Amino acid sequence: MKRKWIILAMLLVIPAMLFTVSCAKKAVVSEPATTDTTAADEAARQAELEKQKEIERQKQLEEERLAAERAEQLKAEAIERDLMMAENRFLSENVYFDFDTATLDYQAQELLKQKAMWLQSNPDANTVIEGHCDERGTNAYNLALGERRAESAKAFLVNLGIDGSRLTTISYGEEKPVDMGQNEEAWAKNRRAGFVKE
Amino acid sequence: MIRHRLLFVLTLLLLLIPLPWPVAAEQYNYIDISNPFLRKTPMAVPMFKAAAHDPTAMAAAKAASELLVYYLDFTGYFTFSDPAAFLEDPQKMDITGSGIRYRNWTAIGAELLVTGGVVIRDGDAEFELRLFDTVKEKMMVGKRYRGSSDDLRQVARRFCSEVVFAITGSRGFFDSKIAFISNGSGHKEIYLCEFDGSNISRFTRHNSISLFPDWSSDGRWIAYTTYADKGPKIRIQHVREKRASWINKPGLQAAPSWVPGRFELAASLSFSGDQEIYLLTGNGKIIKRLTSSVGIDVEPTWSPDGKRMAFVSKRSGNPQIYIYDTFTGRVQRLTFEGRYNTQPNWSPKGDRIAYSALRNGVIDIFTINPDGGEPIQLTENQGSNEAPAWSPDGSLIAFSSTRGGKSRIYVMTAYGTDQRRLLTLPGEQTNPKWSPNILNP
Repeated sequence: MKRKWIILAMLLVIPAMLFTVSCAKKAVVSEPATTDTTAADEAARQAELEKQKEIERQKQLEEERLAAERAEQLKAEAIERDLMMAENRFLSENVYFDFDTATLDYQAQELLKQKAMWLQSNPDANTVIEGHCDERGTNAYNLALGERRAESAKAFLVNLGIDGSRLTTISYGEEKPVDMGQNEEAWAKNRRAGFVKE
Repeated sequence: MIRHRLLFVLTLLLLLIPLPWPVAAEQYNYIDISNPFLRKTPMAVPMFKAAAHDPTAMAAAKAASELLVYYLDFTGYFTFSDPAAFLEDPQKMDITGSGIRYRNWTAIGAELLVTGGVVIRDGDAEFELRLFDTVKEKMMVGKRYRGSSDDLRQVARRFCSEVVFAITGSRGFFDSKIAFISNGSGHKEIYLCEFDGSNISRFTRHNSISLFPDWSSDGRWIAYTTYADKGPKIRIQHVREKRASWINKPGLQAAPSWVPGRFELAASLSFSGDQEIYLLTGNGKIIKRLTSSVGIDVEPTWSPDGKRMAFVSKRSGNPQIYIYDTFTGRVQRLTFEGRYNTQPNWSPKGDRIAYSALRNGVIDIFTINPDGGEPIQLTENQGSNEAPAWSPDGSLIAFSSTRGGKSRIYVMTAYGTDQRRLLTLPGEQTNPKWSPNILNP
């Protein structure tokens, strides 16, 4: 019975003692430095704040930089896209002709002016101009006519200042129609000069 | 086989002993020269005689007489009497001149009679073939041939050539071939066949676009336009050997045409910046320029004497046919009707130029005298008909037609009669060109 009391007492006393000791120790250390530490603390906090602020500022700068970069990239992509679209347009838009003629009408000339602008802003691009005919008529004559069409498109571009050595011509006559139909709509599509990157 | 062929050639040289009655000029009046196809001459070809106990000889006799009728029918000059109407027994009748009972043939309407006999000796077949005029009661041709049974076609062709020569004064087309374009493989390639559309073989394997074949006058070379090396470039290719040359000039190289009797050809080249027709060696070297006019000059074709050249030019605003004189250098316009006359091809006889005209969206074939005059229309209401090409004797014209839907090769006489399809192949066929007679291929 007596032992039980001792154990109980110990259980109560030892934590109490421990508590007192730690309290006492704290009091001993902190008591004399009270005024000093608040100032240092404040400074540290200030420094910390400054640091945080600086980090915030850097972060913001970084974000701004990233945003600018992103904008730049978007702009570049847009330009790239525009260039691609310009190139695609250059390559996909055909110059069309009337039956049995290699003469460039107003529309053909306007289109060739756009093509000349593209060629001027892309001085490294060399182009093959392909001359084509519709299936009417006979194939040897159409081969000759296809060449005249490609050559008249080339001559027009050269007159607009494009170096002739950047432009080669080839005639496919009636051998490569884009529309197999046998009506004026299809024939009109087939009477063309097409542009292909060399 | 080679031995046989050699033997056969020797046979032709040595054994071709003409039986009496050499052909003379006065015999050419059998065919109405203005249009020999208007009234065809009735002919009887009884099956050739052979020994009844020799099945090989009988088979050869039957095959040879049938082949002869087939070839002679192809010319368009003849009609053939129905064997059921014959008054003579082909296996019993006398086939030599002395014993022919002419009245038995004139009675059934036959004005010409072909008789033949076949004997098999040492594995070779010996043919004795004759052509008789049953009205004048005389023999016109008599020939003896010996060859292996493989040479049957050759024998038949040789004799047909003799028959046609006796009747018309011209050797016919029995040793000629036709080159044409077919896209059956998925690409436009050049193919060759015999004059009758048989024995088709593929000549090019470029897997590209090949067009406008044209035979040299010895039949050994074909020049054509191809995209095989980017192109369109002219390739001059040997028919049998692996030899070829190119024309070393940039730009367009279109539709070549060999000069008759010479190893030279004309073609439209654009390296100067303008299309002009040039005369070239058979190896593709430029000899000289023939035309000088801004714009399209294309599709040369030569008169048989090589002195004049017809071609297509746009110098008047639309494609018309012109004739260039190599001596005077003068150029004269030939066609005036319509606004689209192209594809001239000068008859080897010299008297006509065939060409095609585009009218109301349809292309048809015409012929015209090279010195001018009214054109004659040969095709009508049968789809589009293009690219006329004369047989070497100027009696037939090969052409392409869409009358059956797809473009196919057809043949007709110089007057537009007897139009028939030449061959059956997958895909579409265009640009036929007849070779000269090739006796020693």
